[in-house]
Amino acid sequence: MIEIDGITKVYDGTAAVDNVSMIVETGTITVIVGTSGSGKTTLLRMINRLVEPTSGEVRINGDATSAEKPHLLRRRIGYAIQGHGLFPHHTVARNIGAVPELLNWSKGDIRARVDELLTLLAMEPAQFRDRYPAELSGGQQQRVGVARALASRPDLLLMDEPFGALDPIIRMRAQEDLRRIQQQLGSTIMLITHDMEEAIRLGDRVAVMDAGRLVQHGTPAEIVARPATEFVANMVGDVERPLRLLSLVPVSEIMEEGPAEGDALPAEASLRDALSACLWTGRDAVPVMRDGSGPGRVTLASIRARAERRA
Amino acid sequence: MPLPRSASALSPPGLLFAGLGLFLLVTPFMTLAANRIVAGEGLRAWALAGPGATGAGLAAIVAGLLFGAQNVRRRLRLGGAAIGLCGLFWLIVRGAPALLDGAGDYARVSPAAGFWALLMVFLLLMADALAQLSPGPLLRGGLLALGLAVLALLLGSGVLSDLSIAQEFASRKSAFVAATLRHLGLAFGSLAAAALIGFPLGILCHRKARLRRTVLPMLSFLQTIPSLAMFGIMIPILGWVGASVPGARTLGIAGIGFAPAFLALVLYSLLPVVGNTVAGLAAAPPAALEAARGMGMTVGQRLLRVELPLGLPVLLAGLRIVLVQNIGLAVIAGLIGGGGYGTFVFQGLNQTATDLILLGALPTVLLALVSAIVMDILVDLVRATPEARP
Ligand SMILES: Nc1ncnc2c1ncn2[C@@H]1O[C@H](COP(=O)(O)OP(=O)(O)O)[C@@H](O)[C@H]1O
Ligand SMILES: [Mg+2]
Repeated sequence: MIEIDGITKVYDGTAAVDNVSMIVETGTITVIVGTSGSGKTTLLRMINRLVEPTSGEVRINGDATSAEKPHLLRRRIGYAIQGHGLFPHHTVARNIGAVPELLNWSKGDIRARVDELLTLLAMEPAQFRDRYPAELSGGQQQRVGVARALASRPDLLLMDEPFGALDPIIRMRAQEDLRRIQQQLGSTIMLITHDMEEAIRLGDRVAVMDAGRLVQHGTPAEIVARPATEFVANMVGDVERPLRLLSLVPVSEIMEEGPAEGDALPAEASLRDALSACLWTGRDAVPVMRDGSGPGRVTLASIRARAERRA
Repeated sequence: MPLPRSASALSPPGLLFAGLGLFLLVTPFMTLAANRIVAGEGLRAWALAGPGATGAGLAAIVAGLLFGAQNVRRRLRLGGAAIGLCGLFWLIVRGAPALLDGAGDYARVSPAAGFWALLMVFLLLMADALAQLSPGPLLRGGLLALGLAVLALLLGSGVLSDLSIAQEFASRKSAFVAATLRHLGLAFGSLAAAALIGFPLGILCHRKARLRRTVLPMLSFLQTIPSLAMFGIMIPILGWVGASVPGARTLGIAGIGFAPAFLALVLYSLLPVVGNTVAGLAAAPPAALEAARGMGMTVGQRLLRVELPLGLPVLLAGLRIVLVQNIGLAVIAGLIGGGGYGTFVFQGLNQTATDLILLGALPTVLLALVSAIVMDILVDLVRATPEARP
């Protein structure tokens, strides 16, 4: 558990981060979202003490971070810097193995871990291991930056706009990969984005920042359904709110017995997927696959009823 | 807009060299003097010996210039430079004994302005042709070794021993060896000392902006002191140290000799070393440094693993400047009894014996040239990370 307790950073008389408090539960993804200059990076960097807070405290599992030597603290926390920050004179393998090298892992262990991570991020190890950062595309560089942050299997991972340079399709896959990795390892992740879509898709909790303040901190559904301020509402985008809400509800929630025509949806699809399928193929109901008893269905009417509940 | 190089059948620099070279052929190629001190009589290339002896050399020079001027076959430009050089030395080797024949016991022959200028032309032509072929660092190293081997063969074979400069050398063999060792000691010793002081100082300056703001202007000021004045200032200062600090004299510290020359060279070296260290360390991308800090590298680890490797080419470039500069400046040590090739230069100046001056000057130039090439090769080798690759 990470407790951020009344943390403030003042630069030249103005607060870049203004008295922010929040609690991040172990094993969850918290996405910090906000416009550029709202203090997201500064907040994140106060957790691994790249920035020393003007006041306030951060505690990890009850221990104040100020009690530990900064460089030892940082070795325990994975950090993917905004814009990758790879070492231009080191190969991909050496970049990814940088933290394990600092922690004195054996050569064999480091190599195995590098290959494992490259495979995980869909980069063929034999092809990419010995390349230099300048020989990679922007998206590949960013993935190597993420792999470097993951390398020593840190319990806590701080990621500053890790998917910013990826095109939409790869970005979606990278988000899914990160979700999967996080669930496998049970790690705690704090991730920055300026894209509300990404925040809603990826976060167990979403923290919205505006001008240095934490204006709302809650589940994606809460943020979408009950924006705390005008600013949050704008970020969520009023027109898209019903669709965003539907995207957060799995079809299984309102599935009913009964027949339906056409291709079936998987059980973990969202109501947004179901709505889309109905509209696109002109059906009033779509079948949904499930284990055991045969397929169920989701009807347009039930989707509409669910959307009108606004929660 | 000039045409792209490959589109033209003539190489513009080659054309310039060829024109210049043909003009230089009518200037005096060698001089014949009654003894080592008096001014001699200049002789044109075709007047050195009978046409049977000079014809081949002249033909080679002209052919070399023509090959060098074209741009159709680039390797042939390099070949042209080599043929021209052969022609030059052929004329010297054949001309010297012919001129000395019957000229008296004390007579001396030397290459004259025409020879030196043509030598320059062919060396520049060669450099230009090489630059066009842009060989890798290893190939350049091989070519340098080849060139030095040819030079050693030429000097060792004795075919040049009729020249006045060779006679000056013959009567000073052991002094020449001592001067060489001393010159190398001055140049490389001051380089090592400057690196020992300059790297740590540069690293400190990189970390502390305030230190940098005081140290760099101070070192720049040192650099502006004229070299003769600098060597002169050392005499009273070190003379006083040698006389008043106990034990200093037994260490060889005195107003004249090795110590003041060495110190002056070290002082001159500090700006390039410190300045390039600061510039090199600042070359690391800020995001990479932040990432290094973020993953828990200590200050020392960041220096060793990120800043130094990325700044190494610039650091080495600083050492290259220092080495070439100090090889040249060390000549002035001869003036304050510091030894080195300067000894011959200043003796020669006193005696108005040009060839004695050259005995000091030529090895200095050669040493500086070889050092510059070797250091360039080293810089290229450490730069060979793909960061710099296009
Ligand atoms: N080192 C610094 N010195 C002065 N001001 C800073 C510094 N770092 C950030 N700021 C300021 O703090 C504010 C928040 O910046 P940042 O945390 O980088 O925002 P974000 O990551 O949300 O775009 C900005 O106004 C920025 O100019
Ligand atoms: Mg930022």
